[in-house]
Amino acid sequence: MVNDSLVVEILTQAVVYGTPILFAALGELLAERSGVLNLGVEGMMLVGAAMGFWGMQRAPGSDATALTLAVLTAAFAGLVMALVFAILVISLRANQIVSGLALTIFAGGLGLSSYLGNDLGLADVPAKHQFGDIDVFGLKDTPVVGPILFHQSALVYLSWALTVLIALYLSRTRLGLNVRAVGENPAAADAMGINVTLYRYAHVLAGGALAGIGGACYSLAITPGWTDGDSLVGGAGWIAIALVIFSFWRPELCLVGAYLFGGLAGGVPAAIQAHNPDIPAFFKTSEFLNSLPYLMTILVLVMVSTSFARRRIGAPAALGVPYVREER
Amino acid sequence: MIAVERRLTQPRWLTYVIPFVSVAVAFGIMAVVLLATGHDPGRTYRRLFDAAFHGSAAWTDTVTLATPLIFTGLAAAVAFRMQLFNIGAEGQLYIGAICAAGAAIWLGPDHALTLTILAMCVCGAAGAALWALIAGVLRAFARTNEIITTLMLNYVAGLLLTYMIFDSASPWRDVSTVQTRSFPQSVALKPSQFWPTVTVFGVSVSFGFLLAIGVAVALWVLFRVTRFGFEMNVIGDSQRAARYSGMRTRRKILAVMAISGAVAGLGGASQIGDFSHVLDASPQGLQGAAYGYTGIVVAALGRYNPFAVFLVGVLVGGLQNAGLFLQGADFPIGLVGVIQGIILFCVLGGELLVRYRVRLGRRPVAAVETS
Repeated sequence: MVNDSLVVEILTQAVVYGTPILFAALGELLAERSGVLNLGVEGMMLVGAAMGFWGMQRAPGSDATALTLAVLTAAFAGLVMALVFAILVISLRANQIVSGLALTIFAGGLGLSSYLGNDLGLADVPAKHQFGDIDVFGLKDTPVVGPILFHQSALVYLSWALTVLIALYLSRTRLGLNVRAVGENPAAADAMGINVTLYRYAHVLAGGALAGIGGACYSLAITPGWTDGDSLVGGAGWIAIALVIFSFWRPELCLVGAYLFGGLAGGVPAAIQAHNPDIPAFFKTSEFLNSLPYLMTILVLVMVSTSFARRRIGAPAALGVPYVREER
Repeated sequence: MIAVERRLTQPRWLTYVIPFVSVAVAFGIMAVVLLATGHDPGRTYRRLFDAAFHGSAAWTDTVTLATPLIFTGLAAAVAFRMQLFNIGAEGQLYIGAICAAGAAIWLGPDHALTLTILAMCVCGAAGAALWALIAGVLRAFARTNEIITTLMLNYVAGLLLTYMIFDSASPWRDVSTVQTRSFPQSVALKPSQFWPTVTVFGVSVSFGFLLAIGVAVALWVLFRVTRFGFEMNVIGDSQRAARYSGMRTRRKILAVMAISGAVAGLGGASQIGDFSHVLDASPQGLQGAAYGYTGIVVAALGRYNPFAVFLVGVLVGGLQNAGLFLQGADFPIGLVGVIQGIILFCVLGGELLVRYRVRLGRRPVAAVETS
């Protein structure tokens, strides 16, 4: 049957593994569009993964309520992390790059997420609930597109809805126009009566919440459970930051890019394991396969930066620059 | 009403006092966190201090843990000083360790120790510098964001290390006994290849630690005395000004990336020669220690000044030593990262007070610098 073929399997896994990257990238995109570069995505995802798993274990009720509460817990955890960062860089005008790195170190695999996970006893606990694949409209057996598009978890469909909403929000609403103004020229936005500080806080916090949900995709759906250290998220936060750059700060391109990396992160290794194609042994080692998304990130980033760096298509002009009203 | 306005002049004493106040505030915040989680802050701090700095045994461990952090901290400081955000010290340290171990294994135990040490340092530094130059070349010629490329290369370096020991028949892998064939591990250095230690007041100080001091001094000279260091500072302050005055920014990016990588690579060489004597690819080995990432904390707290980085390296090494020593049910290891993060947040936030004046009152005097 066509649905068992290598290509369909790779694409199905691409969507599964691309989803956390998509959530995190959409969140980072919101923050960057308002002019704030948050390099703490990896840390926020790790905390989101730990707290999402905790929320799911503690929540009462059926699968649906428990998982909804878990996703909300993860989003809130990511939001709190982003709040720390926002206070530092927006109110206290600290260097955004160093503060973002500090957030990842603070929240990361040797910091808060590890502390929380161990303190709340999350390690080696079997998951009580987990996201299952939904058979949408009974279309899961449709050739090719069935397993890829119509037999995925609720998180995948949530990410699609968010992509559409964020794209419309940024390009079609008054608020979205204001956000873009804040990211491009905060002084002009301020003169128009837009509250720059408020917009930046709101979008950095929203970005944190989405990164938290992105982290929870791992602990609730892809590999249900929590493990100590940073292997759970494994660099997806950094890939998400790169993804925002080479999607030219556009949500719809984030979706495409996320699945490209999802395919490399999950699809290709799973497919090669299952089908064992006739290629040299080195290309079948887990180390080579696992390094593909990282190497691809560098490659795509180089391609984008050589041809577009001078024009900086899409990059908010005030990205990374603190706004101080008295110094405009 | 709180108003914040820019200082016209930054008093020099303030730049020294504020970091200490920030650290004190951080420990205050941490005390609240400890109280909230049911610990006695006074007792916890006391135990932390004793475990890190009380007695020669504690100092020996602190110096051991501080050595790689000083190397990675200096590596980050060199690059960050020029606003070149090399966060790849982690991977560069792995590559340094791989190359240094390779040099030692290839030379064998029958050479003079001086030659072995020299070969390990040169190979470790050169290998790591080349690894860092991948990102450096991309940054200099294609303007590729170095933050992301160096970070991605960290993961690749980690996977390379794992591959060499666990998944291949590389010369680094020990296949001499049945046991090592089933539980992969690297070829160990012979005792005649171990780097020497000196004992100072009962504290055993490794050769790598002395080497780190040497590197700090060399970097201080580079920053303070040479034209190269001056140009680095100018480029860090304003790339445009540097280019207009005829400085070769592209060349400088390559050179600084190579130096930064080489320093991190020496850290890797010292790990092999001084402490572990094997190339440990397990998750508890080099890859579990996160020396490279902690080095960024060290560099930022030391404000990219080599001597301050050295001192902060010793303090953070002490904190990590205490964390390992106290590790257990009432002191989870993640707490050390949390403390480091809070200190870093407070210091970063405290910088505001150096650059700005906070006024309480309704109407601040309108004395604002126009830029």
